[in-house]
Amino acid sequence: MSALFILIGISIVVASGFLVAFLWSASSGQYDDDYTPSVRILFDDAPATEEATEEKLSTRK
Amino acid sequence: MQASCYHCGDTCDDAIFDHDKAFCCNGCKQVYLLLNENNLCNYYDLDKSPGIKAKGKFIRERFAYLDDEATIKKLVQFSSSGQMNVVFTLPQIHCSSCIFLLENLHKINNGIITSQTNFHKKEIFIIFKPYLVSLRKVVELLSFIGYEPAITLDDAERKTPEIFNRHQVYKIGVAGFCFSNIMMLSFPEYFSGGHIEQAGLKETFAWINLTLSLPVFFFSASGIFISAWKGLRQSYLNIDAPIALAIVVTFVRSYYEIIFENGAGYLDSGTGIIFFLLIGHWFQNKTYNSFSFDRDYKSYFPLGATAIKGNVEKNIPVTQLQKGDRIIIRNGEMIPADALLAKGIAAIDYSFVSGETVPVQKRKGEVIYAGGKQTGGIIELEIIKEVSQSYITQLWNNDIFLGQKNADKSFIHPWSRYFTIALFSIAFCTILFWWRYDSSKIFPALTAVLIVACPCSLLLSATFTYGNMLRIFGKNKLYLKNAAVIESLAKINTIVFDKTGTITKNTSSTVTYDGVPLTSQELAAIKNITRQSSHPLSKVITASLQSETALPDITDFKEYAGRGLESTVDNIQVRMGSDSFIDQYDEKIISYDTGTHVYVMINNVYKGRFAISNQYRDGICNLIGRLKNKRFDLHVLSGDNNSEKRNLESIFYPTTKLLFNKSPQQKLDFIRSIQSDANLSTAAGANVLMLGDGLNDAGALRQSNVGIAVSDNTSQFSPACDAILDGENVKMLDKFIAFARSGKSIVAASFSLSILYNVVGLLFAVQGNLSPMIAAILMPISSISIVLLVTALSSLSARIKHL
Repeated sequence: MSALFILIGISIVVASGFLVAFLWSASSGQYDDDYTPSVRILFDDAPATEEATEEKLSTRK
Repeated sequence: MQASCYHCGDTCDDAIFDHDKAFCCNGCKQVYLLLNENNLCNYYDLDKSPGIKAKGKFIRERFAYLDDEATIKKLVQFSSSGQMNVVFTLPQIHCSSCIFLLENLHKINNGIITSQTNFHKKEIFIIFKPYLVSLRKVVELLSFIGYEPAITLDDAERKTPEIFNRHQVYKIGVAGFCFSNIMMLSFPEYFSGGHIEQAGLKETFAWINLTLSLPVFFFSASGIFISAWKGLRQSYLNIDAPIALAIVVTFVRSYYEIIFENGAGYLDSGTGIIFFLLIGHWFQNKTYNSFSFDRDYKSYFPLGATAIKGNVEKNIPVTQLQKGDRIIIRNGEMIPADALLAKGIAAIDYSFVSGETVPVQKRKGEVIYAGGKQTGGIIELEIIKEVSQSYITQLWNNDIFLGQKNADKSFIHPWSRYFTIALFSIAFCTILFWWRYDSSKIFPALTAVLIVACPCSLLLSATFTYGNMLRIFGKNKLYLKNAAVIESLAKINTIVFDKTGTITKNTSSTVTYDGVPLTSQELAAIKNITRQSSHPLSKVITASLQSETALPDITDFKEYAGRGLESTVDNIQVRMGSDSFIDQYDEKIISYDTGTHVYVMINNVYKGRFAISNQYRDGICNLIGRLKNKRFDLHVLSGDNNSEKRNLESIFYPTTKLLFNKSPQQKLDFIRSIQSDANLSTAAGANVLMLGDGLNDAGALRQSNVGIAVSDNTSQFSPACDAILDGENVKMLDKFIAFARSGKSIVAASFSLSILYNVVGLLFAVQGNLSPMIAAILMPISSISIVLLVTALSSLSARIKHL
């Protein structure tokens, strides 16, 4: 049972590591804007140009 | 059927066609072509008509100052030989198309490496290669596509809100971490019923909990303590005071138990409270942000000005005025933006701005400030500063002018003041009660009581309901000065209508002349004189006269409000006005009151009269019918003669008072008299709504409980009114009043609901049956639910009324 003390100690250290990682990521500024990324992911990529599509069609044959 | 511009959605007067699409101007077309070339037409798919109309010609020289080294240094965040970083504020960002376009700038110009937008802050962050494209070119590109950056050279304040939000994130992170670990380490305590066999484990857990709770108490909760302390210093108990007290009580009690009594404390609840409160605040802010009440950048502000482009006079909305534009201002019209006097004699009345009623004489080349009113003939101005809608709205709300009107505070305010005091009394009684009967319950009961009570919803119900309603009214072209007008509107029981311009349309009236034929010179003189005045009848006559002759400036222009004009042009003295006005000078006029007439005297000889047909607005008959059914008292006050009496009698009910030939002062007196008339349905007399035209009815509008100025996109803006209504929507008046009344019931309903929340919560809390942690969760839930409820109810109410 005394192993429990050591285990609790280690787990708190590991968990604090995660806390530090969180604070570090917040300070990098990625959470400052929480709205625009949600719009950004919905944009389509630019449509392929006509030549590229034709090439694809011809090679497929 | 007018086409609407594919780019910006405005109606096109002379549409320009290209690629099978219509554009309202060359500017919009150019932007479209640019996007098309670069395969960015997805812009138009993401949102309807997302484009922003370019204001006037795009002039490159405006950005010449951005070539200066020192300026560039001030504006950029980072600069090296290969790269420059800059942040700009773009107030025009309003939809997802904007984000799309602005983040694809690199496709338009190779020199731009990347660009990223922040929607809420309306900012764009651009990284570009200075050797390929200069800062000036970047700004020119942004302006060209419609997103001109708002550049001020003292950007000192931008940093702070960013850092503030980040601190909130840190606090939530720390609180969450500590809370969950403390929770986990408290399980053994719960599950073993207080007896942990292994020696030393209990103390270890307790002390670890204590250590973990410290950052939460001192860091995460610091915001709450600071806010409560600030309130206390001003001898005022704010919302955070009871919460701060609850937290302090919990923590102190827990530390005491752990240190001296070998107990376990209540740190799991304590940290849990703080964590859930912070999450609640964060969530609330997100909800509030999405109900943005700022009037949209593209929204219509109901004020027009007559601009001169070339030789053509055109009425355009003031928001489209640019520096260097020329406008003409007639007698009584308001100057919409700072300008230089170019032509004419200006006598400016600044009562709107400073309360000073004596007009100030201005000479050519002098600056005239926005908000002043011209008294005298026509003047031509050159704009030197763009119109600021917020400035005009601010003047509108200025207390100098307002006096005591709408000063009754909302009916909610007295309650919130006593709330916290009531809460502390309840808390105190709870302590006393449990002390007597079962002291183990004091503590949970006390903390639960302090936390569950939430006064936020009381204050928020009114703000959010009225905010949403203002937005809905605006969409229906009724612009209220502020939210207090909604409550006044709900109390209305009497409506007074002006006739000319309010019930009748200003546009599309036919004018015929009857009398001694006038020479072309005389006609030109008449046209020039009526052009000076902004009275609806003058405008109609000006529009109907065809005259190409330009005459020298008018001297000696005098307008007698509601009665007539007098002036001298090119040695011809002209007097025009109502029959009573002309009667003063020549008693031989025979007037058959068979319509609206403007009588003309030239060089003291009576010549004849103009007959102007009255055309009533669509839907007026039905409106009056509906108003009668709802038991409003109706009156008509007109400055005109009683020729329209029969027509009006058929529209209005026979018992409606129809009063004619009223001067502005008489209209004011009439309103005052019915307001204090105790013979009416309400003991205090009538609550009067007056609909009139801003200029001639200014006094009456101010006197009535709610004054609405009816506008047809004219430049008549009177600060005396409480709201501006577009002429097209006068027929919806009954719906507006009904909506305002429903607003009041919505606020009352949500108010009762929030009191109910508090009462039920407190009932459980005083019995000690409510865990403080659950209380902390319930608090933000209650305020968010109330906000959502009032917004949904007011939008629903609008939809039911077809608004």
